[in-house]
Amino acid sequence: MYALLTGPLLWFSFAVFFIGLGVRVVLYFRGLDWRLDRVAYTTQLPYGLKGAWRSVYKWLIPFGTHSWREKPVFTLAFFVFHIGLVVVPLFLEGHVVMIRNGIGLSWPTLPQGLADFLAIAAFLAGVGIGIRRFALPEVRILTDFKDVALLVLTLTLLASGIMAARHTESYMTWLTLHVLCGHVVLLAAPFTKLAHIALFFCTRIQLGMDFGIKRGGMKTNFDW
Amino acid sequence: MPEGKLCNKKPVSTREELDALLADSNGRQYYAEMEQLDVDSDALWATIQKTMKSRLKTWLEICAHCGLCADSCFLYTVNEKDPTQVPSYKIQSTLGEIVRRKGKVSNEFMRMCMDTAWSKCTCCNRCGTYCPYGIDMGVMFSYLRGLLHSQGFVPWELKIGSGMHRLFRAQMDVTVEDFVDTCQWMVEEAQEEWPCLEIPIDKEDADIVYMINAREAKHYPEDIVEAAILFHIAGENWTMPSVGWEMTSLAMFAGDWEACKMQVETIYSAMERLRPKRMVATECGHAYRATVIEGPYWAGRPDGKPPVECIHYVEWVAEALETGKLKIDPTKKIKEPVTVQDSCNYVRNAGLRECTRIIMKHIAEDFREMAPCKEHNYCCGGGGGFNGIGRYRKQRNIALKMKREQILATGAKLVVAPCHNCWDAIRDLEEEYQIGIKWSFLKPLLIKMVEVPPHLRPEE
Repeated sequence: MYALLTGPLLWFSFAVFFIGLGVRVVLYFRGLDWRLDRVAYTTQLPYGLKGAWRSVYKWLIPFGTHSWREKPVFTLAFFVFHIGLVVVPLFLEGHVVMIRNGIGLSWPTLPQGLADFLAIAAFLAGVGIGIRRFALPEVRILTDFKDVALLVLTLTLLASGIMAARHTESYMTWLTLHVLCGHVVLLAAPFTKLAHIALFFCTRIQLGMDFGIKRGGMKTNFDW
Repeated sequence: MPEGKLCNKKPVSTREELDALLADSNGRQYYAEMEQLDVDSDALWATIQKTMKSRLKTWLEICAHCGLCADSCFLYTVNEKDPTQVPSYKIQSTLGEIVRRKGKVSNEFMRMCMDTAWSKCTCCNRCGTYCPYGIDMGVMFSYLRGLLHSQGFVPWELKIGSGMHRLFRAQMDVTVEDFVDTCQWMVEEAQEEWPCLEIPIDKEDADIVYMINAREAKHYPEDIVEAAILFHIAGENWTMPSVGWEMTSLAMFAGDWEACKMQVETIYSAMERLRPKRMVATECGHAYRATVIEGPYWAGRPDGKPPVECIHYVEWVAEALETGKLKIDPTKKIKEPVTVQDSCNYVRNAGLRECTRIIMKHIAEDFREMAPCKEHNYCCGGGGGFNGIGRYRKQRNIALKMKREQILATGAKLVVAPCHNCWDAIRDLEEEYQIGIKWSFLKPLLIKMVEVPPHLRPEE
């Protein structure tokens, strides 16, 4: 089972993930329409690119925007959760070794202690985000089954990874569960809200261009 | 009943149709007919398929349901944090549902959508700036309004409003003759005090073409004459067009995109006919947005710009004060605490946050900022058509509470509101809650404190 999951099936899941998200990005930008969106994307491109860049980087900085600053606790949880989910999988030694064995590419890795810390922090932040979802009426009213399912999936992925790294007696069970969750995430990403991995940048670029070109960006930079 | 006599899918196209609507007191018959109006699901779905592309589709789909938009919405706050007022919920339960059901929705559902689109969102776009994905619910509600309009589910006053634009190219029944007569009559009266004052109509190649909100011509023409006096003092070479002088667009509030196009093309052809160096827009937020920000797209201009450079009145005043065209008598500066209302449409949607601060530096001794302010300011409470819809008066009065709290917190006694809509909302706020404030456009304030060059002073 494990060999199959980390063998050909893994490369299949990666292919779905990268090609699927790539297609979504291409379709997103091809579907933008200056008349329908009422934004002169191409004729005012320099203003658009400036607005897009500001819109993306301001939101990637913790507390970089008014919105992030208004909800400091959530912001902290949000960034800890996402840093854990992005940095750990990319730079964990076990993952990098697997990639090197598979396709020969290699890059620096995180010390195991730091990786553990980030993963555990991300798990706790994720649990906090889940509790918030049910505790606050304004978030509860928006929550549906899919939101919960995705959070459970992500938390299971993190928890099983953390457990597997501890090399306990049930190591293989945790590892298999971890790899299985990883597959589901990769396969589901292009077709669910996980597509925000790529679409976050797309919609932020779009609104940044909107503000950069049309909504005053030629006179002042919008104070995100 | 497929279509009513007053409430139907057809926009107003004749004077008789408009008069019939106007004769219907408070839209009683209109709303009664609306309860029977059929939904053309096929047409609705066809429109969605044709017009709902990447941006809106993705916005609806990827909303993470995180609720960060909740507190950004003043309507959520003033309605005691009612979860059904969360922007994401409001759009998901209306537009989102229409899309999920592929347009197969009931009359009752469409009426709920109408109530939501016009009484639970002023399209102030504040939520869009607080969403990590940049999902702008104001833009989506504007789109929903267009869908509702195409199916006849639009508030009575806005059906009339966009009908006015279709028939008169103005939000009110002001004809070319009415407009020109009003200007002449106002100038004649003012000439007693200002001997050489004029309102040049249809002058070609002037430095400035000045355009207004039809309410000025209809209800307070002194505003036009005040503008004329200030241009006169500043020594501007200016004009107004006899046709194409009206910048507002109730059609934009109504979601009547065809009427928006008709209106803005009339203005642009006046610009092309008179070839001014630039256009100065009166103290109105939505008029500026309709003509300068959205208008170029309705008119199909690929560069997203009107035919000539357009500036808002606050830009002209700031420039005139900074360059010394207008000089303020320091003894006449405003002494009492004063604050300024940043209109969503020219601050958040046009980047004009600094002009009003420059103006206040020149005219006020005790200027106080609202919190939040500039592009993070809240809607006056009556934007997006909310002010003018009788059916939603109760909800609008609740909506005024946020501005009431903001103004009270500044301790200001005077609110400068260089926007017709904000001006109205603040007037109604004082009427409803009596917090002891005054409110004003810039023009009457400036006239009281500007230094008049000796050669323009009236003879004793």
